[in-house]
Amino acid sequence: MEWINAVVQGLLLGGLFALFATGLSLAFGVMRFVNLAHGDLAILGAFLAVSTTASMDINPFISLLVVVPIMTALGYALQRFVFNRTIGEDPLPSILVTFGLGVVLQNLLLERYSADSRGLDAGALETSSLTINDDIAVGWFPVVILVTALVVLIGLHLFLRRTRLGRAFRATSDAPATARLMGIDDRNIYAVVMAIAFATVAVAGVFLGIRQTFGPTDGPAQLVFGFEAVVIGGLGSLWGTLLGGLILGVAQTVGNQIDADFGFLSGPLYGHLIFLGVLAFRPTGLLGSRSRS
Amino acid sequence: MSLLEVSGLVAGYGDFQALFDIDLDVDEGETLAVIGANGAGKTTLLRTVAGLVRAWSGEIRFDGTDLLSVSAHRRVREGIAMVPEGRQLFPSLNVRENLQVGAYSRRPGAWIVPRVLDVFPLLEPLMDRPADVLSGGEQQAAAIGRALMTNPRLILLDEASLGLAPVVVKQVYNALPSITEAGTTVLVVEQDISQALAVADRVLCLLEGRVSLEGSPSELERSQITAAYFDLEGRSDQHGGLEGRSDGHGGPD
Repeated sequence: MEWINAVVQGLLLGGLFALFATGLSLAFGVMRFVNLAHGDLAILGAFLAVSTTASMDINPFISLLVVVPIMTALGYALQRFVFNRTIGEDPLPSILVTFGLGVVLQNLLLERYSADSRGLDAGALETSSLTINDDIAVGWFPVVILVTALVVLIGLHLFLRRTRLGRAFRATSDAPATARLMGIDDRNIYAVVMAIAFATVAVAGVFLGIRQTFGPTDGPAQLVFGFEAVVIGGLGSLWGTLLGGLILGVAQTVGNQIDADFGFLSGPLYGHLIFLGVLAFRPTGLLGSRSRS
Repeated sequence: MSLLEVSGLVAGYGDFQALFDIDLDVDEGETLAVIGANGAGKTTLLRTVAGLVRAWSGEIRFDGTDLLSVSAHRRVREGIAMVPEGRQLFPSLNVRENLQVGAYSRRPGAWIVPRVLDVFPLLEPLMDRPADVLSGGEQQAAAIGRALMTNPRLILLDEASLGLAPVVVKQVYNALPSITEAGTTVLVVEQDISQALAVADRVLCLLEGRVSLEGSPSELERSQITAAYFDLEGRSDQHGGLEGRSDGHGGPD
């Protein structure tokens, strides 16, 4: 039963990984853009929630109504005025720019909030749980996270498949120059993509902040999990990102169980091992079959 | 007034100049074929009109408005569509979605999916297939259909028959009258001279980035065209005649 519990808890943890990695996956899928500041942006979202919950005396969930629009606007503006200048054949400029942005964000957060660890208090929801049987109880909050991740990913999927703008996203991803010949402003598409990526990472950041304590320099460690989820699932595939997040979550909790029972390697290492295994044996990821030129 | 007026157009890629002082006019409803050898600048000319290549100097006027500072995606809204060389369908979209993307700019007009299917019935059973599994001819039909979905006043057709079987080329050109009937102006780049002469109201020959000949098919002698195409009059002696042209002029054509 412990093992089933570990798997269930892992799936719930995977929801957070998937939600966090969605923005990375989307930005890479549409514009081959690698955002090294993604983890720091999640932390920025969490700190914005710290400020709004404190100043407006509201629940962190309500603070999303403030944090998400701010982050969305920031994403659009950054892409439009900064990141778009780095997009091209060479991936290096975008990597350098986002690396730099990450450093700047960390220092700004240190300056503004100090190096102390913070947490977001979501009240009773944080600790209440649903007892399934004697051995398995699931927390309501992890369920909320997983459901949110599913809603976001299914919503994005439908948006990409069914809407005019979604088709424009996919066309631009295939061939930006040809998309321009269809009247699509690829630069604007990229900005909208980044706005969506920032919105999702803001939600993930606030959820992260409710789940655990965080500090201004925690971003890069989060980024590793995000990249692992994206790579395990398959670069640029949204369902792959969901699958990658869930696998990573299960690997960690089952790994913790192995560690507890046999004292062999700590939890997160199992996730890293799966990541390395996928890179070695299936570099396109589990669902990433489409090879691109 | 001409729909498209190009004057003194100079353009190229990086340090490479592909077009030298090009003048050309296309009237509304007319079909103009641009012919020329590989590297003559035909594709560059089309790409510059579409806005994918920036003009170095000169003028491109469309229905009287200057286009030089207008970006490619806005030119589509003005009514310029291009079928790029190699068709360039979006591979991860199916045929229907490729056509729908053509309608992205919501330019009003008569071209809707059913009308495209009237012109290219061969697309009907392929609508739900991914675009990258189509044959060359099917791709060309879909690419022309996609461009028509933008409801263009001017359609730029690059290398309409390149790489297609003769029977397919015939199908593609059979569709041309139903495009021009609607008043749409056609600027087609064609390697096959007889094909160009058969469909065009006027033919323009490019040679090393310059206009070497222009006229209507009825008034042009075959020998004149051959001379303009292959530089038999020695217009570019500075390059050392025929041999000298084999290198250094490999523009993306």
